[in-house]
Amino acid sequence: MARERLQSQQFRIIIVFDFIKRFFITRAKTKPIPPPDPAATAPLPSPIEGRGKDVVAGALPLKVAHAQSVGRLRDHNEDVLLTMTGTFEGDERIPTVGIYIVADGMGGHNLGERASAVAARSVAHKITGKVYMSLLDEDASDDRAPLQDLVAEALTGANQAVGKAVGEGGTTGTVALIFNDQLIVGHVGDSRAYIITNTGLEQITRDHSLVQRLQELGQLTPQEAAVHPQRNVLYRAIGQGDGLEVDVNMYRLVPGMKILLCSDGLWGLVNDKLILDIVWKSANLQEACNRLVEAANIAGGPDNITALMVEYSP
Amino acid sequence: MTDFRTRQITSALSSGQQVGATLRASSVLQDRYAVIGILGVGGMGAVYKARDLRFPNVTKLVAVKEMINLAPDPSLRQMIIRNFEREANLLATVNHPSIPKIYDLINREDRSYLVMEYIEGKDLEAVLNDTPGFLPEPQVLTWAIQLCDVLTYIHSHEPEPIVFRDMKPSNVMIDQHENVRLIDFGIAKGFQSGQKGTMIGTEGYSPPEQYRGEAGPAGDIYALGATLHHLLTKRDPRIEPPFSFSDRPIRKLNPAVTPEFEIAINTSLAYSPTDRFQSAKLMKEALLAIRHGTARPATPDVVQRTALLTNPLSPGDRPAAMPIAMPTPIAVAPEDKSVSAPGGASIVPLWVFKCEDEMRGQPLVAGKHIHVGVYDNNVYTVTRAEGKFVWKYAAQGGFAASPVAEGQNIYIGSEDGKLYALTGESGRLIWTYETSGPIRCTARISQGHIFFGSDDSHLHAVNLQSGRRAWRFEAVAPIRSRPAIVEKDSRVYFGCEAGEFYAVDFSSSLKWRFRAKRAITASPALTEGLVIVGSSDCSVYGLEANSGWAVWKTRTNKPVVSSPAISDKAAYVGSADGNMYAFDVRSGRVLWKFETGDQVASSPAVYKGAIYFGSVDGYVYCVEAATGKLRWKFKTDGPVISSPSVVDDAVYIGSADRNLYALPI
Repeated sequence: MARERLQSQQFRIIIVFDFIKRFFITRAKTKPIPPPDPAATAPLPSPIEGRGKDVVAGALPLKVAHAQSVGRLRDHNEDVLLTMTGTFEGDERIPTVGIYIVADGMGGHNLGERASAVAARSVAHKITGKVYMSLLDEDASDDRAPLQDLVAEALTGANQAVGKAVGEGGTTGTVALIFNDQLIVGHVGDSRAYIITNTGLEQITRDHSLVQRLQELGQLTPQEAAVHPQRNVLYRAIGQGDGLEVDVNMYRLVPGMKILLCSDGLWGLVNDKLILDIVWKSANLQEACNRLVEAANIAGGPDNITALMVEYSP
Repeated sequence: MTDFRTRQITSALSSGQQVGATLRASSVLQDRYAVIGILGVGGMGAVYKARDLRFPNVTKLVAVKEMINLAPDPSLRQMIIRNFEREANLLATVNHPSIPKIYDLINREDRSYLVMEYIEGKDLEAVLNDTPGFLPEPQVLTWAIQLCDVLTYIHSHEPEPIVFRDMKPSNVMIDQHENVRLIDFGIAKGFQSGQKGTMIGTEGYSPPEQYRGEAGPAGDIYALGATLHHLLTKRDPRIEPPFSFSDRPIRKLNPAVTPEFEIAINTSLAYSPTDRFQSAKLMKEALLAIRHGTARPATPDVVQRTALLTNPLSPGDRPAAMPIAMPTPIAVAPEDKSVSAPGGASIVPLWVFKCEDEMRGQPLVAGKHIHVGVYDNNVYTVTRAEGKFVWKYAAQGGFAASPVAEGQNIYIGSEDGKLYALTGESGRLIWTYETSGPIRCTARISQGHIFFGSDDSHLHAVNLQSGRRAWRFEAVAPIRSRPAIVEKDSRVYFGCEAGEFYAVDFSSSLKWRFRAKRAITASPALTEGLVIVGSSDCSVYGLEANSGWAVWKTRTNKPVVSSPAISDKAAYVGSADGNMYAFDVRSGRVLWKFETGDQVASSPAVYKGAIYFGSVDGYVYCVEAATGKLRWKFKTDGPVISSPSVVDDAVYIGSADRNLYALPI
């Protein structure tokens, strides 16, 4: 009995050793030492590739968190959020891609829920197909449309999809496409995107709302706009016929930068200062999202609340 | 027939608030009004078609407007009813053919009813929807004059004016006799329930001041202007950004409209009430003058005045976004053919140096000297201070490329296929490196190596000391695009004549490749994690620097061979379409463009807030970096393809007239 066990242990050790040996041999085979190049008489400094020689804990270059609440007065949820993060590490590299969407639907008879869901799916489908599937496809052609155009097309495509599938419903749509350190933000309606850093917060989308327009024209102060009876009137939304104009803006991410996408159920109740305060004082992204949604509910929660955060930490 | 279709946009999406019809067909109100059908449903109730039973032997039709009082607070409810009664009473006393008669007023618990004249006809929204193409101007003008008439009447009501408050196509009926009738006075506004959810679509026709709670006669004039704008352009203001009429000039959308009518409408749409017609009567007079052909022709003065009034969004710079066709104010270029500058000051060269052939490259400023390669096979060196000849070096071929310097030496490739390393001081040859094609690419120096492309389709990396090759990278076509290098990423970026663009590392392995539709001859510039480069496919690209995927692409009208200069988030690039462009590097949006008389192949230089470049029209230009406004231009006697170097307040640039110029900035 004892002997048997010993044998089996030895056997196991041999297998492990064999495995290690095989591993090294295979590695050696896949990476042959290149023959000396007679032309390379004055070599350049060896390229510094990747993230250095040391192993780094597998931190994702994009950290994502989100929270959502139906609010205190509504019985249904017309907001949707969608996240997709694609990373690829190795000797060969594929760009890090993130797709993040918040949509806030509107319209009775469940049309709002349908509109926001159809829009988010349509936008994500288009961008994953044209961007990420193309990156994964070894045989993809070089003929790739600019990311700015793809984001705009994704939103106009969503406009058609919502018009077809939902008819009278409408929705906002704010999409953040991250491509390595480039951030492309497409936007229609009054959901918002913010960039948050250690120094402050910047709203990077412009509400397509009547009161925003009146503020731009100097007719209303931000305080008046916040309580204006028509503060929920949009002049642009997805699902409202042809010729949708889409805002697309681009930013460069720097390490530590955070992005917040949210519906008006959040920003209408929690002002910029409080948003910043909550994000700064939260231990992590998830806590920040939870506390932002909680703050909107404490303030009354009259609408659905969505908060989606992404931190760039390559 | 009263039609509430106008509320379709706002109410359909907020049916939570929609009240709906509460009376059924055949129900009788107050034993008198028998409901026949529903004419429409709005945000505060329905409008019914009913028969007045007091006239049993004839069918007397009436319209019954139902308003449901949703105010939760009894005192508020009372106030709404009182306001409604007061205004209904006021309306009952007016007597005008364009205003439907009020017959009766009924208050019943939580709802009120207004019994009015039933109008057989079609509202203007229906007319608009049923008209293919545009409505004819004379027709719209007739309606407009009639509407001015009725506005004049209600606005001059004593003791205080009556304000319609809701002028829009759906509230204007055209009756059987082709007369306009104003329906749905804003007297019922108090019944409008407070909004809860998000809604899409604005009122569209309301004046800006109405959103601050101000409702006066000037507001009706604005809404009339908005209605006429919609009728003539078929562009529904409820689905456009609010108050953006000036972004949709009437005659641009419908050229059949006379300039005079456009001016009149723009005046009524003035953002500030004091800038509109001061009364409906004055507006009517203006419209009558148009009909009779006695309107003052649209002089620039009038046009400009109107333009100033109707463009609220850019108070500082109003003429820039003029809503009406008028000569665009352009930066006026001085006419003087020789040498000129605004204000009459002339640009007098500091010195001129004459060579024996065309100069296409960029002069290199190195210490006390200027070095320049010329088509006559020579590299010339002159003194920077006076343009005095110092030395020249003759190769076997001409020079299309420009010299680069490292330490005391200069390096330049020639049409003879060789790269020459010369001492800057005397032009003594240190070494040559031979490629198998002409070298038309200006080199870049990094890490003790010199990188340059050749028409032999290779990018060569050569050791500066030894002149020996470290490696070469094979492209699919000649490389004339000057490489850009980012040392910290060990990356070399360059394009080739087949349109492929490459990023290779310092050991010549390809990191990514991008393909434009035509040659990339220009040099790339790196900023904000983007590679900015122009192509002969007419586009300028912003490529993500780690993957080569285009973030943006902006088209010019002709090939781009000019290399971008970057300054403060803007990239400045010339195009063969004759313009110098300023692009926002992040988005690729055109910030401004400056038009020259011919192709701009020259790569600009940025210096102290200005852009310097040459054009094939023979001029050297200096324009403001921020605005694209001309500072000065200097005429040479040949196309200026050469790119300038600007150092210590002097511009050094060559011309096909064989001269090297030193100009004061």
